[in-house]
Amino acid sequence: MNLTKRKLLTGAATALGLAAAGLGAPALAQDKIKVGFVYVGPKNDGGWSQHHHEAAVEMANHYGDKVELIEQESVPEGADAERALTQMALSGASIIFTTSFGYMDPTLNVAKKFPNVKFEHAAGYKTAPNMGVYSARFYEGRAIQGYLAGKMTKSNTIGYIASYPIPEVIRGINSAYIHAKKVNPEVKFKIIWAYTWFDPAKEADAAKALIEQGCDVILQHTDSTAPQAAAQKAGNVYTFGQAADMAEFAPMPRISSIIDVWAPYYVARVGAVLDGSWESDNTWDGIGAGMVGIGEISSAVPADVKAEAEKMRDDIASGAYHPFTGPLKKQDGSDWLADGEVADDGTLAGMTFYVEGIEGDIPQ
Amino acid sequence: MLKLEKRPQPSKLFSWLTPLIAVIATMIAGGLLFWALGKPPVEAIRTIFWDPLFHEQFAAYSRPQLLVKAGPLILIAIGLSLGFRAGIWNIGAEGQYIMGAITGAAVGLAFYPSDAWYVFPLMVVAGAFGGWLWAMIPAFLKVRFGTNEILVSLMLVYVAEKLLAAMALGPLRNPDGRGFPGSRNFNDFPAAHNGELIAGTGMHWGVLTAFIAVIAAYVLLNRHMLGFSIRLTGEAPRAARFSGVNPKTLILFCLGMSGLTAGLAGLFEVSGPAGQVSIDFNSNYGFTAIIVAFLGRLHPVGILLAGLLMALTYIGGELAQLMLGLPAAAIQVFQGMLLFFLLAIDLLSNYRIRFVKREAA
Amino acid sequence: MDFSAINPAILLASLIVAATPILIAATGELVVERAGVLNLGVEGMMIVGAICGFAVTIETGSPALGFLAAALGGALLSLLFAFLTQFALANQVASGLALTLFGMGLSALMGQNYVGPKPAPTPELHIPLLSDIPFLGRVVFSHDLMVYLGLALVAAVWATLKFTRLGLILRAVGENHDAAHALGYKVVRVRVAAIMFGGACAGLGGAYISLVRVQQWVDGITAGQGWIALALVVFASWKPGRVLLGAWLFGGVDVLQLNLQAAGLAIPPQYLSMSPYLITIVVLVIMSADRSRAPGALGRIFHASG
Repeated sequence: MNLTKRKLLTGAATALGLAAAGLGAPALAQDKIKVGFVYVGPKNDGGWSQHHHEAAVEMANHYGDKVELIEQESVPEGADAERALTQMALSGASIIFTTSFGYMDPTLNVAKKFPNVKFEHAAGYKTAPNMGVYSARFYEGRAIQGYLAGKMTKSNTIGYIASYPIPEVIRGINSAYIHAKKVNPEVKFKIIWAYTWFDPAKEADAAKALIEQGCDVILQHTDSTAPQAAAQKAGNVYTFGQAADMAEFAPMPRISSIIDVWAPYYVARVGAVLDGSWESDNTWDGIGAGMVGIGEISSAVPADVKAEAEKMRDDIASGAYHPFTGPLKKQDGSDWLADGEVADDGTLAGMTFYVEGIEGDIPQ
Repeated sequence: MLKLEKRPQPSKLFSWLTPLIAVIATMIAGGLLFWALGKPPVEAIRTIFWDPLFHEQFAAYSRPQLLVKAGPLILIAIGLSLGFRAGIWNIGAEGQYIMGAITGAAVGLAFYPSDAWYVFPLMVVAGAFGGWLWAMIPAFLKVRFGTNEILVSLMLVYVAEKLLAAMALGPLRNPDGRGFPGSRNFNDFPAAHNGELIAGTGMHWGVLTAFIAVIAAYVLLNRHMLGFSIRLTGEAPRAARFSGVNPKTLILFCLGMSGLTAGLAGLFEVSGPAGQVSIDFNSNYGFTAIIVAFLGRLHPVGILLAGLLMALTYIGGELAQLMLGLPAAAIQVFQGMLLFFLLAIDLLSNYRIRFVKREAA
Repeated sequence: MDFSAINPAILLASLIVAATPILIAATGELVVERAGVLNLGVEGMMIVGAICGFAVTIETGSPALGFLAAALGGALLSLLFAFLTQFALANQVASGLALTLFGMGLSALMGQNYVGPKPAPTPELHIPLLSDIPFLGRVVFSHDLMVYLGLALVAAVWATLKFTRLGLILRAVGENHDAAHALGYKVVRVRVAAIMFGGACAGLGGAYISLVRVQQWVDGITAGQGWIALALVVFASWKPGRVLLGAWLFGGVDVLQLNLQAAGLAIPPQYLSMSPYLITIVVLVIMSADRSRAPGALGRIFHASG
């Protein structure tokens, strides 16, 4: 194996605990860099990790031989993650993307030890001079799903397969509910907490339970296609693709989708390392910036409804409309947003309450 | 035909030779596997077994990491081996490990943000107690009702896993964590943090405890009456009873000790390397430790070596993923093969194979 | 809260489907344990069965061939365990755990090219007339073939163990292998056969998940169902009829909790999903009090000396 002098230097420096002294190369333009990715699941899990992996490959292809991609899959969150990251940094990676919320503290710890390596953590909130965070405003897509669900439902009962009771998921439920209610005041949400991001058997059971209890539209915040398959079997039930387009289920039951689009961000951030302009960031992008994609609205949706949904998509993208615009009240009836007021990012990031009208409690 | 004949004494020669043979056999079979996957076989094997120890870039970091990874495995396996020797089968160490982590962490978090010196010692006591208590359930049921401890301890693993999820999302959730699951991080809570004792060595309280446990178990088994009772009960239960060994005391002691060490391992892991109680912080240490105990032939020194070997394949496997792009699944298969070979070839130390002429029936 | 939304007939029907994979796998493991062998590798054999069945169904388009391949795959993998424990006399607990580790990795390697495609559907039987009976028709008579095969398997195992000479030998070997050996039974041969039967059943159960319940392949698709199958055998106190009951209980708890949630009842799901394991422990305690207990030679190594 060919070791460049620079790699050796960084390795030796860390070994001596001198990395903090900054012996490595400063952030200058570089010829060829190593880019690391760490995934919580297998690269082909068909969901979250696979999307990050595919975007990473797209990024690597974009840069050709300027970038060497190194990846590690199925890394448990915790002690093993910290080791995987350290080994990546030792192997000479210039920038490392850690693609799961649970990697937040390990990433921060390793970032402290390697001030010359850049870190990008997905979905967290802690940053450092050499650690940025990025996340997507999926709730923007949820607004469009909510609108479509409110229009399409005949039973006025909409099912929602939620994963864990965390702000990200609660935000999605609220956004969908607000926009469903707006076009269909009769609408009711049935919410199932599956306590998993990805468990096809359980997701299928959850979808079946919702369908059996009268839901004819199902939204999911879990990543497998099992609910789509269950809906297809049941017949007249509408669903939305999650994370991937899931176009193989279009036009029925899948009538649209929210797509994770990470590749442009990866291209941009790696480009910034290549030309030496990388700085720690806190990116939270939505439809406008292209991080959240809205899948083609299928022919099962009437033309006027489709046009209205597409208008909403474009308004959100241009910034003309914010999905959380007052007047809005919290579930307990207290005021949240006044007429025309728009929710601030801080409240959204830590959202742990339902909006008015949703039945049931968020599990503790 | 071939015939197995039990050796009166396990062969000293073979008990040293068989692990070597197994490792070499694994290297060959594993090399074939990696070759079939289109990866350079020799380089892959070297990356797994050699690089974590001697690679210029990584070794300074991964050598201490071997201790971090092996520490809990050894500590749990030592506790388990006492019972296994006496024919008492605790296979629920994973559950006791989780419970030790939960109780220990809960005590620590209750004191947040105190900087008193007694916080960490209290956590250690609580962790040991939590693991011990979880193991006393199968122990009590066995002593009182004769219930099978293999099955009860296994069932309690699932219960502990569900409890862990409930704790990470509920009572122990970090109040400043913006609603995400997982407790506060012990890295930011110095009085409760199980950090490195000497920087850069990987040595934390858990690793130190594991080493002490190895020595203690060695002394117990070779120099102490209780150790003699344990060995006798395993080898000749009837003789043990005649010689006045109380089987109930032994069950309570062995299960209790294995729960205690597993609980300690959980506490040290959660307050140190893992850093926080999260939904799935338990990376199967409790189950892997069972394998380690058997690979080490239930002997304290053997367990020490087996734990280090196991850790080596984990860390070497990670390096092979990183540098050669081997899939994680291939590493798992490789580890499985290593275990199969070790278990299969172990036969040679207890039995000798002889060729005999087929007798006329 | 609106419990009227829960239709008991549909609930029972989906419960039966959810129970099928663990039912089949547990019935196999029951036979293994009755022969005196504890194979903790059920999860590994299930997932290898799941990918074998899936791959063959994709390649041939025939679910029947897929299930056959799943049984074969599970049985082949179990041969490894049989070799270790019956010929190399290795410890069964350690060998079983190693088998699971190996099977998880192997299935992921085999499945690398099978993420994405959908398998041909396994046909559902709508038995004419019977499936039109109100309530019972929906609950009992409108499932796919594997559900009925699973039930038939339980019945067959029950009858074999109770009424046939084969069952007698199997039980004798499981209760006291030295005595069985002295009577001239081939202990090792019986046990290898039982282990392979258990492997085949686990493979079938796994394939039911990938081919019927989920209809796709992903890594780790069995998600711990093999471990549940192990618990189930204990819960059933090694009796086939009670395996059926237990499978509905274990499979049913999850279906029930999802339905209760959909109906608006807020129960912390973790506590509810603990309950089958706690119930199993209680059952174990009651059993050990009334002396109907595990097979006598369970988990012990047999070596014919002399």
